Amino acid sequence: MDVLYFAWVRERIGIPREKVETQAATVADLVEELRAREPRYAAAFADLSALRVALDQELTEFDAPLAGVREVAFFPPMTGG
Amino acid sequence: MAVRVQEAPFDLGAETERFADAQADMGAVVTFTGIVRDLPGDSLDRMVIEHYPGMTEKALEKIELDARERWSLGDVLIIHRFGPMAANERIMMVATASRHRKDAFEAAEFLMDYLKSRAPFWKKEFTASGAEWVAAKDADEEALTRW
Repeated sequence: MDVLYFAWVRERIGIPREKVETQAATVADLVEELRAREPRYAAAFADLSALRVALDQELTEFDAPLAGVREVAFFPPMTGG
Repeated sequence: MAVRVQEAPFDLGAETERFADAQADMGAVVTFTGIVRDLPGDSLDRMVIEHYPGMTEKALEKIELDARERWSLGDVLIIHRFGPMAANERIMMVATASRHRKDAFEAAEFLMDYLKSRAPFWKKEFTASGAEWVAAKDADEEALTRW
């Protein structure tokens, strides 16, 4: 699936998007896999309360299942307007 | 349905005129405009707004549909910019039309409250002393509970 990062999440991880092969059942499981990769991922995902997640461009929660999802996006709380 | 996400500046006066001109049987038009604020003490060099192409448009269209379910509205216009902009530049605008002013006023406030924390935009402020992402305010999230 495609994993996208925005704002300071993108800056901490160092890339805007990547393809990830995963069997993770939920967003939280995927986060665990990413955290274990490298310190920059661990830093970006250190505090989930500071993060939001969207599955296929719809805001959701970290316990949401990943079955059938093509695009996951991680970002900080939004500051539009 | 009129949602525009663009990098280019927009002409607030011309957009407002065009919007009002198109309202044949509406008695009220409300507009709100968001402007890049300069920073107290530390002059803003520029603000850069990042967004999530695709999701941004969907989120704004959803917010407009939600407003239409709650109030009786004519046209609705949402314009939101991304990319770099200087202090005092217009970031975004919403316009709402209704037969009587209450619907247009309330819908405009609703659109703004939701747009602030449910549309995927992120602001970064650049000053002489560095750059910082603007943090979301708890008050912005709390504002949604009144709807």
